Amino acid sequence: MDVFLIQLLNGLDKGGAYALIALGLTLAFGTLGIVNFAHGALFMLGAFCAVTVQQILTMSVKVRDESITFFEAYKEQPYLEIWWGDTGTAIIDYAVPISILFVIPIMLLIGLALERGLIKHFYKRSHAEQILVTFGLAIVLQEIIRAFFGANPIPTPAPDIVAGSAAIGSFLGLSDNLVYPWWRLIYLAFSSLVIFGVFAFLKFTTFGMVVRAGMADRETVGLLGINVQRKFTIVFGLAAVVAGVAGAMYAPILPPDYHMGMDFLVLSFVVVVVGGMGSLGGAVTAGFLLGILQSFASMNEFKAIFPGIDQIIIYLVAVIVLLVRPRGLMGREGVMED
Amino acid sequence: MSNKDKNDNNLANTRRSFMKKSATAGIIAASSAPTFFMKNAFAADGSFRNMPGMGKSIKLGFNVPQSGAYADEGADELRAYKLAVKHLNGEGDGGLMNTMKPLSLKGNGILGKKVEYVTGDTQTKSDAARASAKRMIEKDGALMITGGSSSGVAVAVQSLCQEMGIIFMSGLTHSNDTTGKDKRRYGFRHFFNAKMSGSALGPVLKEEMGTERQAYHLTADYTWGWTQEESIKETTEALGWKTTATVKTPVGAGDFSQYITPILNSGADTLILNHYGKDMINSLTQAVQFGLRDKQVNGKNFEIIVPLYSRLMAQGAGENLKGILGTTNWNWALTDAGSMAFVKSFGAEYGFPPSQAAHTCYVQTLLYANACEMAGTFYPPAVIKALEGFKFDGMGNGETEYRAEDHQCFKNVLVVRGNQNPTSQFDLLEIVKEVPRSQVEYDASIFGGELGPYKV
Amino acid sequence: MMKLTLKNNLFVMLIFSVVVLTAPIWLSPIGANYPDLLQKFAIFGIFAIGFNILFGLTGYLSFGHATFLGIGSYSAVWCFKLFSMNVLPGIVMGTVIAGIFAFLIGYVSLRRSGIYFSILTLAFAQMSYSLAYSVLTPITNGETGLQLSSEDPRYLDALFSVEVTEGLPSTNLFGQLMSGYPGFYFCATLLIIGFYISLKIFRSPFGLKLRAIKSNQTRMRYTGFNTRPYLLTAFIISGMYAGLAGSLMAVTDPLAGAERMQWTASGEVVLMTILGGSGTLLGPLFGVTIIKYFENIFSAMNTSTLNEFFSFLPEFLQSIMVSISQHFVGEGWHLTLGALFMLVVIFLPGGVMEGVTLINKHVRLKLGLRYDDPSVAQSEPSGIEAAPASLTDSQKEEKK
Repeated sequence: MDVFLIQLLNGLDKGGAYALIALGLTLAFGTLGIVNFAHGALFMLGAFCAVTVQQILTMSVKVRDESITFFEAYKEQPYLEIWWGDTGTAIIDYAVPISILFVIPIMLLIGLALERGLIKHFYKRSHAEQILVTFGLAIVLQEIIRAFFGANPIPTPAPDIVAGSAAIGSFLGLSDNLVYPWWRLIYLAFSSLVIFGVFAFLKFTTFGMVVRAGMADRETVGLLGINVQRKFTIVFGLAAVVAGVAGAMYAPILPPDYHMGMDFLVLSFVVVVVGGMGSLGGAVTAGFLLGILQSFASMNEFKAIFPGIDQIIIYLVAVIVLLVRPRGLMGREGVMED
Repeated sequence: MSNKDKNDNNLANTRRSFMKKSATAGIIAASSAPTFFMKNAFAADGSFRNMPGMGKSIKLGFNVPQSGAYADEGADELRAYKLAVKHLNGEGDGGLMNTMKPLSLKGNGILGKKVEYVTGDTQTKSDAARASAKRMIEKDGALMITGGSSSGVAVAVQSLCQEMGIIFMSGLTHSNDTTGKDKRRYGFRHFFNAKMSGSALGPVLKEEMGTERQAYHLTADYTWGWTQEESIKETTEALGWKTTATVKTPVGAGDFSQYITPILNSGADTLILNHYGKDMINSLTQAVQFGLRDKQVNGKNFEIIVPLYSRLMAQGAGENLKGILGTTNWNWALTDAGSMAFVKSFGAEYGFPPSQAAHTCYVQTLLYANACEMAGTFYPPAVIKALEGFKFDGMGNGETEYRAEDHQCFKNVLVVRGNQNPTSQFDLLEIVKEVPRSQVEYDASIFGGELGPYKV
Repeated sequence: MMKLTLKNNLFVMLIFSVVVLTAPIWLSPIGANYPDLLQKFAIFGIFAIGFNILFGLTGYLSFGHATFLGIGSYSAVWCFKLFSMNVLPGIVMGTVIAGIFAFLIGYVSLRRSGIYFSILTLAFAQMSYSLAYSVLTPITNGETGLQLSSEDPRYLDALFSVEVTEGLPSTNLFGQLMSGYPGFYFCATLLIIGFYISLKIFRSPFGLKLRAIKSNQTRMRYTGFNTRPYLLTAFIISGMYAGLAGSLMAVTDPLAGAERMQWTASGEVVLMTILGGSGTLLGPLFGVTIIKYFENIFSAMNTSTLNEFFSFLPEFLQSIMVSISQHFVGEGWHLTLGALFMLVVIFLPGGVMEGVTLINKHVRLKLGLRYDDPSVAQSEPSGIEAAPASLTDSQKEEKK
């Protein structure tokens, strides 16, 4: 029973991560019609915002280790610790949550700049050209990050207070073995919050209404004298922010490296398409569905029957869904079907 | 730039051998090197592929990952190669040439010819690595290929080098297969392997964790992972440990949580991570997040073991690695004369200590050069014979032997632990034990495989 | 009398053959004239030409074409292991088996269009890759890759008592070894044949129907025209091209690895085609040359080669140039490639081929020659300079 429960919980958590990445992608991909191969790179940039904040906070006095003579080895003590003692240590400890404050404006700026400077010119171009230009952009962003941070993953731990696991089992009166890391629970809560936030924004604000109308029929909305273009710029900025915070919050789970965006790229496209083009709800549903199925498929009991099932489950489900439902789970007709 | 060099390099295979070749070749006679039309790497007149002839210099090919997950490791390997070339040419402080015994090198290049090098990107992919090695051999006229940061690449390039009659001195490759079932006459490995990791870890595990443990393996689902799992399992089961489960995980999975959750309920009290590089950093970070290290199972502290360590992995895993046992080929903190000489010249050149990958690559280059001097020729079969069974010392791992039967180096292996209280940013691993060579030796025939002929 | 224009197939093929077969000469100034890279140009040229038949003509973007490349390689190596080191059975088997797989995957995937089709092909490719890398290791030898072994039976060779050499045997065409330059000429010959078939398809009624599918499939269907068989045929043909390319990779270097089927490999051929100019006959070949050149030559440059390159400059300028350019070569080759993708697509919608067309037009106008704008003459596709993809897309927009 608890084996089942913990895999379900894990599936939800994975699903939350997938849904969050897919949500950002579908804002640009399913609504603006931009095949954004640089979405993974935006996710990676978010994670590196967290890394940068951590590195700034831990700027250190370098005390030379005299026992080593062949090269200069230092023991580092962060300035914050020297100046403020325990308070300083605590601030460093909270580097990742603090970084969220910076990620939002930075990613918004990056998103807006990208849309104005590059993406805008590609709305009318073919999808093939969108792929080429955004893929090129992704490589360039990735290589710039590598030039500054190297290729090796950089440890970006969560605050100490949430470092361990929550004893969910004993809390609910179930098995003691039912534990789950605090940070992953926070991530699940956080992703749900962001997803609801984006939905509420699009559903209940005038701005959101215009965007939705623009998505459905751009020309008519334009004829009504509304500047759809500007709204779309903001939507792209929003997509970048969602990708960025998803990346920053993921940093304690997956130590960031320059290539992490590429690793998520294929998966996020699969999630969006299984959800159905043009549907935010579809993307989120597909994210959770695939997360849960992947979690269950990785159980030893299933792997014993179908070796390797855990490696292909996502793609297998994608094939089945797309064959049964021509436009994914909730896709709209005519969106990116030709 | 290369046309001139190439002509120099291939001067020996002059028109004579060329004229015999097929008619199609005619059009391109002016721009191509004649060796490409040879049926084999060796012609009847005793010349061989990329024979240096009268040229004043020779080229070595450094084939390292410059992009992808192992790019930093590749960069460190390249630094070591450049340092080795410097030392071979008599520049710098000479590094390990001061401590290596027996030494035939004179500090005037190899056999009086200046050493030059070409570099390439393996991308940690077999196809790209082979393409890069072929370029070095066909275009740049490299006499020897070395490098690599993965066993798949090492095996692929090694078999290519066998076909082309070029010696391959592998870099970082830990799979038993490299000098086991996929061994080649032209391939040599200085690095240790999974089997040796297991033998070295055994006694330490017994001492620290006792003989009654339940081990759970997470294994990267490819050949290196399997050979390591097999070797470690063999060792631990000989200690009396039980193996609860061995679970294969896809390479590059990123999030390993779905493989970690079942461990909580399995009754296992030890987790063995047969992962390398990014996979290991991720799986270890996540396993620690799941509270595995704070757990008590069967009345024992839950332990995690990472059989193969590297400094870059230690950097990436950060705090999570503290106190975790593993093995490594070499560490800069060793205090023997050879290690110190190497750390000194590497540190002076680059300002930080070398990694184990850098060490093995540097040593491999020197060993090849030394073998050429011993043989008195670049003729590959003679160089191979000089390397086979070569015994040496002063290279940082104690007395070492290149076993003739499988081209595997036998030397001391280090058991290390993630350092609890580092004194500096490089002080990541603490040496627990230097396991003597006699303890990690095994019979060459157990893995099968065949070296193949000297002349191809 | 035969008119010597680009609309004459024979004339086109003649020029093409001469250019391809003399590649070792005219590529030597840029250091690309060594057998392995020449072979790669030819092999990936075949791959991209085949991919272009599907994508360039029908607009169906397959993101899993590397599967067929991998299947071609595995089939060919197995053929070498089981039957004969002669390459002919190997490439026939590679092409045919890839064709069979293309039929199966295409039959399923072509039930959907647009992005849904792309993701279906991607899913099949990723499944093949994952399984080949791990579970199917007995067939594929996993990460290490499928290799020849001295214990292989090679029944046909044994039957004809081909002499056994010491060490591993080499691939050959009736005794002529397939490594080095002979290997390149073999690949180049097949490239020329492949190009000829592609040219015929581009200029046939079949090709015209495929183009019609691209510009407006719905309208085609309304006229009672069943598009599926045509799409499936195009898919199988391009899959067989990929299989041929894969088996040629095994011919020139008998090893087949799973990473050949990874999505990045599928993505590479997509990028090659778009970069060169999809829907044009020559475009994909330009794309192949550029990407493979970067991968093999730029990645191999280091500071010493740069110093040599800039040695004509005064010393201080030389060191400045070297320190700037070293970020773009060697380990920085990805950066240069990424930037190139962006520049090409921003300034040359329609890929490199667009640039070639522009130059061509410019030169002809300068020389006062007549210039037929091929993009205007859409109804009569000339093939070589067919309209860039963007144009047809914008026309499509108008139709909506």
